[in-house]
Amino acid sequence: EPLGLGRPATPEEVAVWDIDIRPDGLGLPEGSGDVATGDGIYTEKCSACHGVFGEGAGRWPVLAGGQGSLTDARPVKTVGSYWPYLSTVFDYVHRAMPFGDAQSLTDDEVYAITAYLLYLNDEVDDDFVLSSENFAEARLPNEDGFKPDDRMEVEFPAFSEEPCMTDCKPEVEITMRAAVLDVTPEETAAKEAAEKAEAETPEPAAEEAASEATTEEAPATEEAPATEEAAAPEEAPAEAPVEVAEAPAADPAMIKAGSKVFRKCKSCHQIGAKAKNRVGPVLNGIVDGPAGAVDGFRYSKAMEAAAEEGLVWSHDELSAFLADPKGYMKGTKMSFRGVRKEEDIEALIAYLRDASE
Amino acid sequence: QDDPAIAIKPWMQELGDGVDVSPYGMPSPYEEDVKRRTVEWLTADPVSSINFTPIHALDGTITPNGICFERHHSGVAKVDPAEHRLMINGLVDRELVFTMEDLMRFPRENHVYFLECAANSGMEWRGSQLNGVQFTHGMIHNVQYTGIPLRLLLEEAGVQAEGKWLLAEGADAAGMSRSIPMEKALDDCLVAFKMNGEALRPEQGYPVRLVVPGWEGNMWVKWLRRLEVGDQPWHHREETSKYTDLLDDGTARRFTWEMDAKSVVTSPSPQAPITHGPGPTVLTGLAWSGRGTIPRVDVTIDGGITWHEARMSGPSTPKALHRFYYDFEWDGSPLLVQSRAHDSTGYVQPTKDQLREMRGLNSIYHNNGIQTWAVDADGKAENVEIS
Repeated sequence: EPLGLGRPATPEEVAVWDIDIRPDGLGLPEGSGDVATGDGIYTEKCSACHGVFGEGAGRWPVLAGGQGSLTDARPVKTVGSYWPYLSTVFDYVHRAMPFGDAQSLTDDEVYAITAYLLYLNDEVDDDFVLSSENFAEARLPNEDGFKPDDRMEVEFPAFSEEPCMTDCKPEVEITMRAAVLDVTPEETAAKEAAEKAEAETPEPAAEEAASEATTEEAPATEEAPATEEAAAPEEAPAEAPVEVAEAPAADPAMIKAGSKVFRKCKSCHQIGAKAKNRVGPVLNGIVDGPAGAVDGFRYSKAMEAAAEEGLVWSHDELSAFLADPKGYMKGTKMSFRGVRKEEDIEALIAYLRDASE
Repeated sequence: QDDPAIAIKPWMQELGDGVDVSPYGMPSPYEEDVKRRTVEWLTADPVSSINFTPIHALDGTITPNGICFERHHSGVAKVDPAEHRLMINGLVDRELVFTMEDLMRFPRENHVYFLECAANSGMEWRGSQLNGVQFTHGMIHNVQYTGIPLRLLLEEAGVQAEGKWLLAEGADAAGMSRSIPMEKALDDCLVAFKMNGEALRPEQGYPVRLVVPGWEGNMWVKWLRRLEVGDQPWHHREETSKYTDLLDDGTARRFTWEMDAKSVVTSPSPQAPITHGPGPTVLTGLAWSGRGTIPRVDVTIDGGITWHEARMSGPSTPKALHRFYYDFEWDGSPLLVQSRAHDSTGYVQPTKDQLREMRGLNSIYHNNGIQTWAVDADGKAENVEIS
């Protein structure tokens, strides 16, 4: 029997607080937003933590990429690789983002950011518009990657046997020690003292090994894709092999200047013998090479079209592109704002030529 | 040699503080080391982070309010209770709003439950990493809650026949939200406003939080502002992208709510070494299960060659912490210390390797594997894994 406590909630009151969205569309507001608009809002309000391309800054969550990585030793769990439902993105962005200014986005802005996150994950093209009409059609690739809790069926039989109590094994040895990693926090004072002591001692090799082990081993927690960040230094491109330069007309000073300019590109591009596709394609042979030609990299529609038309990155074409990527090629994935000074572009091109060799 | 402590000490001669010097009491200054600690490299920002209960320094089963570990996603909400409302909406006969005063007029109950973060011991999935039980197992606390059976609030609103799920939502800037099956909501959940007799601490959800006994801590929504009844789960961020358990084959378990049986030796441990040398030694620890009580804990000091049944002491109630002891004569030789919990369903706590074999290395959550401390001849302890 009800006690008659509380009072009826008015429909208006319910509307203020009932902000949840479900995969079947329950709760989804009317509205729409496109990728380009989402790009603008994202760059302004989200990229400081989540990275320009959703790659995550510091230990903030990575939002894009990682497709096919769920069985890897270091899975990258993103909207595109892991999240089952797009409604979760909409609900969460609206509910809790931007961090520190929750519920400040309009419905259309949330649609636009959600559309942009789909774009960053290569799920839609750059002209995509997400709306209350087509929301239900937008599916994420890992929707079927989840199953209900089956611990009681799968694990309980193995984990309910009467255990051994005596003479359970002939011998025991230690196989792993936490001290090897030494990532345990200490009291600040003790820590400072230790750091001081370290600073006064010449660098011990053992310490380096320990910090490497930390980088290698530190497992992620729910919040901390520590491995992503930890792995980064290892994968960062090697410093410019300036001394190796043999190109006839290449000016070593200019190449060196170019390697500095290239720092702006490094967060997305690699160049050299060990280069891999990252957010952007490998840049070996880019100068005077064909556009959109790196294997295994998914280019924008615009870049694909240019490649089909036979665009070659001659000195002049590349200069124009680097000066204003989006102005030169509408729809390019490269959201870099461009290199302003002509001399920097010249240096960068010299470096790109040189580092490819 | 005479003990210099056997003397006339200042506190034996001088007058101490009068009453009201500390109207809300604090521990002795000699206990200042007994405090929550965080691991800075774990998270991006302390506003969305976690700290750990100093379980190495505690005894008994109840966790004092000031050192219950904290975990929040957008900082501690500063809620004015006079401005706080709890709304029930969705598939109910009557959509209702309650003030805190209204809530205080419902019949209430007292229950002791543990709250464990699903990520407790999560940093240890790939191997021994943190040297301290506070850090390996401190995302847990055990508190007596005073609250209203959630069932009574739902009955007040009148859950409709198709109402099979409940969305609980917090009033903080994270708008923390989790889906809870109606069966659990009607079973033993509480809407609690007191912990260990006093008002909830702000970091524990003041003025009102959800208590979901035996289930992962993330579901115990703090600063509870709304309960929505629905016919399906919501699949929100904390139950999809987080708090799902990725297995070896790339699939993930979802809705892994229950906390498996688990135990750990809290002393000796890296932060609680044996300082007294050989002779009579007290080994102690905690055990718990999200599925019931802990009738038995086994302890080994030789790395699992020989096990001993520990002595349980203190209350044994379902879904609450249990305290165990093993009193032994230490001969001063190195030890490999472990504990193994049995719960009332017959579940036996697995080794870390058994868990890894079952789930792989990428699960993060629900690591209830057996913990090993290596104690050396000086009594110092280290977090290790053994064959």
